[in-house]
Amino acid sequence: MTLSTIGMAASEIAGLVRSKQVSAVEVVQEHLAFAASHDSELHSFIDITDEAALSAARVVDEKIARGEDPGSLAGVPIALKDNLVTRGQATTCASQILKGWKPPYDATVVEKVREAGAVALGKTNLDEFAMGSSTENSSFGPTRNPYDLQRVPGGSSGGSAAAVAAKLSPLALGSDTGGSIRQPAALCGIVGVKPTYGLVSRYGLIAFASSLDQIGPFARSVKDSALLLQVIAGHDPKDSTSLESPAPDLLAGIERGVEGLRIGVIEELIDGVAPKVGEALLEAANSLGAQGAKIEHVSVPAVKYGLSAYYLIAPAEASSNLARYDGVRYGLRVEGQDMNETYVKSRTKGFGAEVKRRIMLGTFALSSGYYDAYYGKAQRVRTMIINSFQSAYNHFDVLLSPTTPTTAFELGAKVSDPLSMYLSDICTIPTNLAGHPAMSLPYGQGENDMPIGVQVLAPALGEVNMFRVARALELGAPVISRKLFWE
Amino acid sequence: MVESSSSSPSQSEFIPGWEIVVGLEVHCELKTNTKLFCGCANAFGREPNTSVCPVCLGLPGSLPVINEHAVELAIRIGLALNCKVDESIFHRKNYFYPDMPKDYQISQYEKAINENGYLELPLSKKRVRIERAHIEEDTGKTTHVGGDGGRIHGAIHSLVDYNRAGIPLVEIVSAPDLRSAEEAREYVTELRAILVASGASDGKMEEGSLRVDANVSVRRSGSAEFGTRCEIKNLNSLRSLVRAIGYEAQRQVELIESGNAVVQQTRHWNEDQGVTTAMRSKEEAYDYRYFPEPDLVPLAPSAEWITEIGSRIGMMPSDRRERLISMFETAPSGSTFDQIVTAVSLGLDDLVTGAVRNGADARLALARAANEVASDIDHLANINPKTFGELIRMEAGGKLSATQAKKVLGTMLESGEGPQNVAESLGFEALDTSIIEGFVGQVIAASPKEWERFAAGEDQLAGFFVGQVMKLSKGKADGKIVTAILRSKRS
Amino acid sequence: MSDSISREEVIHVANLAKLALSEEEEQMYTSQLGAILDHARDIMALDTADVAPTAHPLELKNVFRPDLEKESLDRDEVLSQAPVAEEGRFMVPRIIGDAP
Repeated sequence: MTLSTIGMAASEIAGLVRSKQVSAVEVVQEHLAFAASHDSELHSFIDITDEAALSAARVVDEKIARGEDPGSLAGVPIALKDNLVTRGQATTCASQILKGWKPPYDATVVEKVREAGAVALGKTNLDEFAMGSSTENSSFGPTRNPYDLQRVPGGSSGGSAAAVAAKLSPLALGSDTGGSIRQPAALCGIVGVKPTYGLVSRYGLIAFASSLDQIGPFARSVKDSALLLQVIAGHDPKDSTSLESPAPDLLAGIERGVEGLRIGVIEELIDGVAPKVGEALLEAANSLGAQGAKIEHVSVPAVKYGLSAYYLIAPAEASSNLARYDGVRYGLRVEGQDMNETYVKSRTKGFGAEVKRRIMLGTFALSSGYYDAYYGKAQRVRTMIINSFQSAYNHFDVLLSPTTPTTAFELGAKVSDPLSMYLSDICTIPTNLAGHPAMSLPYGQGENDMPIGVQVLAPALGEVNMFRVARALELGAPVISRKLFWE
Repeated sequence: MVESSSSSPSQSEFIPGWEIVVGLEVHCELKTNTKLFCGCANAFGREPNTSVCPVCLGLPGSLPVINEHAVELAIRIGLALNCKVDESIFHRKNYFYPDMPKDYQISQYEKAINENGYLELPLSKKRVRIERAHIEEDTGKTTHVGGDGGRIHGAIHSLVDYNRAGIPLVEIVSAPDLRSAEEAREYVTELRAILVASGASDGKMEEGSLRVDANVSVRRSGSAEFGTRCEIKNLNSLRSLVRAIGYEAQRQVELIESGNAVVQQTRHWNEDQGVTTAMRSKEEAYDYRYFPEPDLVPLAPSAEWITEIGSRIGMMPSDRRERLISMFETAPSGSTFDQIVTAVSLGLDDLVTGAVRNGADARLALARAANEVASDIDHLANINPKTFGELIRMEAGGKLSATQAKKVLGTMLESGEGPQNVAESLGFEALDTSIIEGFVGQVIAASPKEWERFAAGEDQLAGFFVGQVMKLSKGKADGKIVTAILRSKRS
Repeated sequence: MSDSISREEVIHVANLAKLALSEEEEQMYTSQLGAILDHARDIMALDTADVAPTAHPLELKNVFRPDLEKESLDRDEVLSQAPVAEEGRFMVPRIIGDAP
């Protein structure tokens, strides 16, 4: 192979593979070798599944040889967050409690990317059960930021974000419950998308908070992220919360520009962010204005209650979703004198501190005597947030905000103070509560030249306009000057 | 209706000076092909853990999707119980137990699909209020190993089979309107008849497809306030239901009369010892932390759908009883009415009416159905109104004696053959009247003194002669024909 | 220290969730959960009397599947994942207390 595909766009790799200029096996081999030489420092993967990847690549090449359609992602490597279930391959959620578990089935998105010809390189690191904003809560050790190994990549999908940012993989899948795709995308300087709730099937996504979780793509460009979302979107009869309507064509209008679009900058989410983050957002807004969009500031007052509502609703659902890890059917079991002691010993050993914290918080919020005051209240606030967004979308096509209040922080900086860690999701949480789509893309650099993310928000199923705006922003965005750790 | 007087004072005054108050929770397995939230077979008696998938095993990442037919059957039950069928949602009931794969049960809590109905008891016509009939999933089955006779107590370990996990159930909750163990039995019998008639359930208590828990309390006669109740579990038959309520009421009365208080608790019925015992208390009180199931969306059956389902419900037991009653020229006696209730509750009334349409005698067909067929109900499929009607005609026409007819029916149920063939192969070919006359002549000749007395009007001697003829004919003669011949010879 | 949650409540909640806590952890979680619940006081003050709760962002209703049988999993594959299995079933230690 004369041509290196490392760092190449997914769409370009697929084009080369389809036109037989390079084989899927060559692409995958090159990426596996690249990951093998760089991931020991980065630790973006929990498990690199070389053999499975090579045999999947061969299947793609054979399809092409037979003249069959290999799919829109033919031969494109992809990294899967390790809370996506993969048949016969260890799926851990970065938790000791799932140690050794080999699922007997594949997640719907795993089937979909395979059918589209993408080749999974392996499973990426995450905060245990997707609970965290730095990937430090992994029981396999933290992932590092590819621009600065002393800093966090964000989380919880930190492994997927770091792998794509460091060019170990052109694409990755993550999950976003309160910002777990967008926040690490911002901190690693790449594109990350949380789709409308129900656009992508959750079947096979190990649940954290079921009414908030969505799977979404990571890529190094807006187009590649749209390409991957197009593949995974669509109705799934195995998920009752999957939308019936067919997925919109995300790529068709992506280059249409923003002329005439009404774009609102959310006032409540600029207050309190790092100065350079705020500046970058305003520059981004100006760039859109220069391209013909109508830019105004808009107040979405209820978003400031998002964090409080989220940290009652998400742990409540999690406390129930994580009950099944009990040492009976799969995963870790620590034998006790009787069943109850076995439950307690297995769960106490198997779960890390943050997971326990959220299970207890959620159990408390649902417990007798507190339900109305905490969980019930949070559900009502959720309605207020939806209504507040609705009022804004009566006047605007899309909204803008920073993705995170700051750029990537140092490892260990927030570990002992959960609340300060939670605050790093303050800009991303409201859209999960509303079920709306939002995405982050890199726009400028902050302190130490670390990347800054800008968030584009849209109403439910407003992905087409969201991608249009993101693409326009991308065109005007400054190139990140800081080098990756291996450059 | 808030309070209703009991049907009979002797029942409510079962313990003098006290009144028993019972409310029942009946779990009914729905007769679907597949489980409530996945495509695994809803089948009884399979090898353990062979009807399981990621969903009903609660594997990480799996999601439930509601079985439409289960909802339809639940609505049928609601309509049959005169409930309001309305929009409802599912909740999660959180508790740890190894038979529960997700460690929460998906059930309906705040808003049940069926609410505020009633069931009318067939004998007393008393209306028992139905508070709700909601949908939920069943648990797996735990077998206790190493203990005393498979009991949880003293077991060394337990084995879990998840074939039953996720099978659709409807839980039917009555108001505390029942006033005696007998009334509770009547309620369950009628409820079972309704469930079977609507096609929602097979109603088999022995296989666990119908499970009853009883909330029992007592109060002094005339008191308007309810006493503290205990919930009794493990009632596997109508017999245990009646016994357990009787025992529990007595226990509570004795407690109160000896100056103690009834403690609200769940108690286990021990069939062998005939007692209820408190289930071992947990370290902490249950706190189920119910909250709306986020993996499911609301059920909102349209008025059209409900109407359509209503049109598919079969004839209800009360109408079925009326249909049987209408076959008799005079109002049926108490014992006949009991047979009508039994036949309907076991779904045998179509057999009876069909047989009657084929020319069979109603009273005889009803009796054979409510007794002989009822006692071998599992083989019901082996007979039909035509073959059953033919048998009844043979018996009524004297071709078979009562004893022979019962034997033939038993063989028909076992083998599925027609009555003619069975009668022939058993050697029950009809005895010609001339042969019977021959036997009668022989008997008269052998017992001239008895014959003289019979001829003089001592009617009770008829039994003696019939018995002698039976001996000679090896039971093949019909007693009625023998009696008729005797009478004709006397005159 | 926050009065949003007491140490006894933390112990109770850990029991419900089948988690054992050391004394140090009891203290740590009491203070951390207290801080998070204190932060949530901003919404406690809101008047939500006229606001309906949202359990779910979707407005979907009546999502069903047909009552058609699908292939079940292979039992050996299922039980190969069990910590302990015997006689085709999952083995668990002795259970104290009946199911509720």
